[in-house]
Amino acid sequence: MTDTSATSHRAAKRFNTGRIAVYAIVAAIGLALMFAPFLFPDVRSQQVAARICIFIALVASYDLLIGYTGIVSFAHTMFFGLGAYGTAIALKQMGPGWDAVFLGGSAGVAAAIILAIAIGLLSLRVKAIFFAMVTLAAASVMMVLASQLSDFTGGEDGLVYSAPKLFSPATKLMTGDDGKVLAVFDVRMNGKIAAYYFVFLSSLALFFAMLRIVASPLGTVLEAIRENELRAEAIGYRVVAYRTAIFVIAAVIAALAGILWATWLKYTGPDTTLSFAIMIDILLMVVIGGMGTMHGAVIGVTVMSLAQFYLKDLMEAGAIATADIPVLPHLLEPDRWLLWLGVLFILLVYFFPAGIAGTLMKKAGE
Amino acid sequence: MHPSIETRNLTIRFGGHAAVANVSCAFRPGELTVIVGPNGAGKTTFFNLVSGQLRPSEGTILKAGRDITATSPSARAKSGIGRAFQLTNLFPKLSVLENTRLAVQARRGVGPRIFSRAAAWSDLGERAMEHLRATRLDKVALLPAAALPHGDQRKLEVALLLAMEPDIFMFDEPTAGMSVHEAPVILELIETIKQDKSKTILLVEHKMDVVRALADRIAVLHNGALVADGNPETVMAMPIVREIYLGTPVGGEEAA
Repeated sequence: MTDTSATSHRAAKRFNTGRIAVYAIVAAIGLALMFAPFLFPDVRSQQVAARICIFIALVASYDLLIGYTGIVSFAHTMFFGLGAYGTAIALKQMGPGWDAVFLGGSAGVAAAIILAIAIGLLSLRVKAIFFAMVTLAAASVMMVLASQLSDFTGGEDGLVYSAPKLFSPATKLMTGDDGKVLAVFDVRMNGKIAAYYFVFLSSLALFFAMLRIVASPLGTVLEAIRENELRAEAIGYRVVAYRTAIFVIAAVIAALAGILWATWLKYTGPDTTLSFAIMIDILLMVVIGGMGTMHGAVIGVTVMSLAQFYLKDLMEAGAIATADIPVLPHLLEPDRWLLWLGVLFILLVYFFPAGIAGTLMKKAGE
Repeated sequence: MHPSIETRNLTIRFGGHAAVANVSCAFRPGELTVIVGPNGAGKTTFFNLVSGQLRPSEGTILKAGRDITATSPSARAKSGIGRAFQLTNLFPKLSVLENTRLAVQARRGVGPRIFSRAAAWSDLGERAMEHLRATRLDKVALLPAAALPHGDQRKLEVALLLAMEPDIFMFDEPTAGMSVHEAPVILELIETIKQDKSKTILLVEHKMDVVRALADRIAVLHNGALVADGNPETVMAMPIVREIYLGTPVGGEEAA
């Protein structure tokens, strides 16, 4: 019938190796994150795993803009920060409780929506470069505000607060017969586990929501706008309205990720949310993973985060192992980790010009 | 009854040059008007004004009696003005099917749905496939548009126009660059649309055999001005038309 050729072709598309590789990598990362507290029980690994979860949601939402719709924005950390600061200020002022997370988070999301609509309607009609500048200006203003309104935001030092009781390390999720915290596979079932799974499941839900968005009719319209804005307008799509809509959706997801981040870290400051260093991390993660593929966000965030957290350790081990060989231990000196991160990045871009996921899928398509 | 499209004193100037000058013209349902004129006569600019890509310096455009001069291209597309472009103007990385489905989806107004049901999807796909079969593109439905040969891209351009299901069809040299095997497919399609007397068709075309086969009426643009407008026999016989458009004198039987 009508769809037979389409279906068979789609089936063929599904079973090509590049796609399988990408799905396998993403599934492996997903499983590793799902069981992270059991696989990697130390505190630092938990921190890395939680950051990967939250940044997958954050980076994927940025990819909705830059990869799918072709909107270049530098205000994504601003929306991330609004969610985080909303939650942090409420938790600080109202004390640890779900009401504070809910109220503060809602306020942060509401602020993100209002700002996104304002920026979108005012400037999405103009050229891409001008829009990028407007977002850059807005993000800078937000950073200045965060550091100046120090009574509220804690200024450059940021805010330290407690998360809801459920997430406190003293909370016993499961108790054994002796009334002590039960350990499953040697991992204690305390509030830290609850906090991790709160972060993991919320990020997963956001990611699946975005997968639905890009597969919906709206997703195709966004790609059409990226491909040929004038033609999209000519067949009946109001480009400005669609652009503003996706800008708002991405802002909301970034703010929600900010709530998770603030709740997990129990600290919110400019360096963990608003800084341009994070904005650049997000950009690099999108590029490494592959623009315009949701799966790319998963891969990009994981590669980049692992490198940022573990390259130094790896180099230290390498330096010790090669201690007897000339030159090498100096090259592998842990203080030079940024140099190697740069080399790694250049190699990735060279061998995967469309990002890891993008290049693998494209190769398979040929 | 109002004409489906009417222009009154339509003028657009680029700097001092009037690319379209004072064109007043009305088009009615059931009528196929071929717009002819030498290169640079303002044919495509006239189309751009009607479909909204350009705003006129002066004059008004009415659709079924309603002034649409200030409306956006997307609003005009939704109101039933469909346009195929002279220079291929597609979504290159999207598949042929996705290209066409986008137009179907715009027509049905399902663009904004974020979480749509799968049922709505297959319905849109079916409809898009129908248009692809009509343009003989169903075999390449899943290739990216950029991978098609030029002739097929031109056909896809027409498929998008069909998928918009407009009342007013505007074809800008639809068969330009097509092989002798491909062009008849498009001409038959235009012939089929013509059978439906509720549709208005505007066609920019250079090939005289096509003009003669399809035209109910010919409008001649020259230096942006409408210099002749009427039934094909009369217009083709006018000395001014033969001079400016055909350039060299033509044989008696052709002018007849």
